Amino acid sequence: MHDQAALLLARTQFAFTLSFHFIFPSFTIGLASYLMVLEGLWLKTKQAVYLDLFRYWTKIFAINFAMGVVSGIVMSYQFGTNWSVFSDRAGPIVGPLMAYEVLTAFFLEAGFLGVMIFGMKKVGPGLHYVATCAVALGTCISAFWIISANSWMQTPQGWTLNSAHQFVPAGSWWPVIFTPSFPYRLIHTLIASYLTTALVVGAVGAWHLIRGHATPQVKKMFSMAMWMAALVAPVQILVGDQHGLNTLEHQPAKVLAMEGDYRPSPDGAPLILFGLPDSRSAEVKAKIEIPHAGSLILRHDPHAPLQGLTDFPRDEWPPVPIVFWSFRIMVGLASLMLLLGLSSLAARARRGLYEWGWLHRFALVMGPAGFVATTAGWITTEVGRQPYTIFHVLRTADSVSPIAAPGVGWSLAAFAIVYLAAFSAGIWYILRLMAKPPATGEPDHPDQPTHAAGITPAPAIEGGRA
Amino acid sequence: MIEPDPTLALIWAGIIAFAIAAYVFMDGFDLGIGILFPLFKVGKERDQAMNAVAPVWDGNETWLVMGGGGLLAAFPLAYSIILPALYPPIIAMLLGLVFRGVAFEFRWRDPRHRPVWDFAFFSGSAVTALAQGITLGALLQGIHVEGRAYAGGWWDWLTPFSMLTGVSLLIGYALLGACFLLWKTEGLVHEDARKLAKMLAPLLVLAIAAVSLATPFLSGQYYKRWFAWPSVLATAQVPLLVAIVAALLLWTLAKGRERAPFFLTVALFLLSMAGLAVSIFPDVIPGRVSIYQAAAPGVSQAFMLVGAMFLIPIILGYTGWAYWVFRGKVGEGGYH
Repeated sequence: MHDQAALLLARTQFAFTLSFHFIFPSFTIGLASYLMVLEGLWLKTKQAVYLDLFRYWTKIFAINFAMGVVSGIVMSYQFGTNWSVFSDRAGPIVGPLMAYEVLTAFFLEAGFLGVMIFGMKKVGPGLHYVATCAVALGTCISAFWIISANSWMQTPQGWTLNSAHQFVPAGSWWPVIFTPSFPYRLIHTLIASYLTTALVVGAVGAWHLIRGHATPQVKKMFSMAMWMAALVAPVQILVGDQHGLNTLEHQPAKVLAMEGDYRPSPDGAPLILFGLPDSRSAEVKAKIEIPHAGSLILRHDPHAPLQGLTDFPRDEWPPVPIVFWSFRIMVGLASLMLLLGLSSLAARARRGLYEWGWLHRFALVMGPAGFVATTAGWITTEVGRQPYTIFHVLRTADSVSPIAAPGVGWSLAAFAIVYLAAFSAGIWYILRLMAKPPATGEPDHPDQPTHAAGITPAPAIEGGRA
Repeated sequence: MIEPDPTLALIWAGIIAFAIAAYVFMDGFDLGIGILFPLFKVGKERDQAMNAVAPVWDGNETWLVMGGGGLLAAFPLAYSIILPALYPPIIAMLLGLVFRGVAFEFRWRDPRHRPVWDFAFFSGSAVTALAQGITLGALLQGIHVEGRAYAGGWWDWLTPFSMLTGVSLLIGYALLGACFLLWKTEGLVHEDARKLAKMLAPLLVLAIAAVSLATPFLSGQYYKRWFAWPSVLATAQVPLLVAIVAALLLWTLAKGRERAPFFLTVALFLLSMAGLAVSIFPDVIPGRVSIYQAAAPGVSQAFMLVGAMFLIPIILGYTGWAYWVFRGKVGEGGYH
């Protein structure tokens, strides 16, 4: 009965608004923790370089946070506007998880953000640090709940149906909150945020090193970012591997789509490096593969048999080419991140961290890699869950609101125009802030309600009539 | 526990009503400042008006997420009928919130394009207020429901009544914003806010009267609820109190009081919500779905209630602290 065009448009709208939204919180999570570290180091060591960096990145944080908030409110209503059947049926389970996100995280972040950005002179450094820590903690709690809800949709358990055909907890909430994929997904996502932030900070540091501003602040941020990349990129690859094994256990068709394994491999699956998946003929065309390496990675045994997608009914396959390619983009970028981290260690060992020009150019190019890899990872796991919203239990086609295609098309166009206008401006402003190196005695946020009347701390205040 | 529980449903209706009330008056005053923004002079005056709410708008808006997320969690059936039914105004509200939210940051970052972001701040705030008022009116006039889904048309929400509620809420938020500035600022903004509040207060009283007079004639149910004997003795207290508070509001404005008008306007909002409760309780979709039918199963509402009982007082505590940090008046350069 469902209108296929309306379904496709609703999915496109959700994918568009969610992909755009998650760019901001993934940076917020990492940057909030980075700011907590910077302010903590400043309080501990009293070195001004940390305060300069704290103020520099707080301005960028404020813009990014605002974009995360406004694009996030859209998400909290879009479940109802476009996925009303899902909301009615899964509301009793995913609703409380998101309500806890609001109660434990959103209020905490928003409540302390004002003090964190504007309140240093009002409350003093000690209480101000409490506010910074509260915001950083809030971002992590937020990730906990929303990933719990997402993981329940990926690997649902502990539910039963009531008389209104709603999914409800069968008994305890523990199995609902802690589903089998939840710990892997949470750790993988949090580390991705830290890595994304490290790459951005590293790229900004690298840019100023290339431009010849090797100031103490620039060196400090570049060094901190490269430590983070060197330490966290290998951890992330290990965690990702474990997450993949967990997915193989609970959502095998998703992993087979990621690998491009259409046919069963009774004597061990190859590792397909590249190729063109064709679901109609159920084969990967023009592929380059390493024999047995797939089974070696997934089963830790080169001759372990592996299923193929043809073992599953055709209407349970995810869209293979999207999952196959987004997975490769993520893994490819992760390899480059690892290489960057290792290169920085080599440079550090040879005292070339602030001198090696190619390292700086490499770090600069890798600046956006975290965002791309994170988005590709989410596309892999979300598209890989298709054709279901709640895996194996509720189909996407049965989740959508009864809104006709023209209505959804109209709203999708409006979202596209508004997001592109508002967020490209925001990203432009962030880039402009990044283009200037942090100064010694870096000024506070220019929108500065704590200053006494008459003291205008930044030129941005002037020129209102331009 | 896997079916709805009437006691929990009633408690959660109270919590959601509290969240909506908190949202309406807290985000109401910063949306109101956005609505009045073009009336303030470019430069220091506008900076000062925005600085009055810059540290708190984010927390204020979180109550909207609480209202939406809470409705999904506690009354999923209501959430999944109301949002598709009011699709165009809801999407318009979300887009309006995008513009006014980013304007808080962007206007300071780009002096050359500040007029653009000032306009985004104004139009985003105004669209949000109108859309929320229209949503309320469309809900009151009735939604066509079949089974567990919205079954009406694309334009059902657009009627003279919903336009009236839209404009009324716009006026209400504008008055809240003006009264907030009257309380929290000094100098030219303060003087402008006083003039605006004096103009807007009678308009809001007229708007409340118009909506109140129109509502009972929307359907038989509302008329009976308000005018049936002897319950009219109780319901009549609401308009009576509105009249008293409105008179006090006009009087305190005339006397040049700075803080009282804000709280009296909040009281007008709360009385309007009480009137709304008289009209629709215990329905969440008037005449179609009650809170008992829409409620999530007991197991879900009980789980959330444990957290809400502890967390909402804590939230109110640190929100209060954040307001206290930025107490006092805002001068031309920001909070003193």
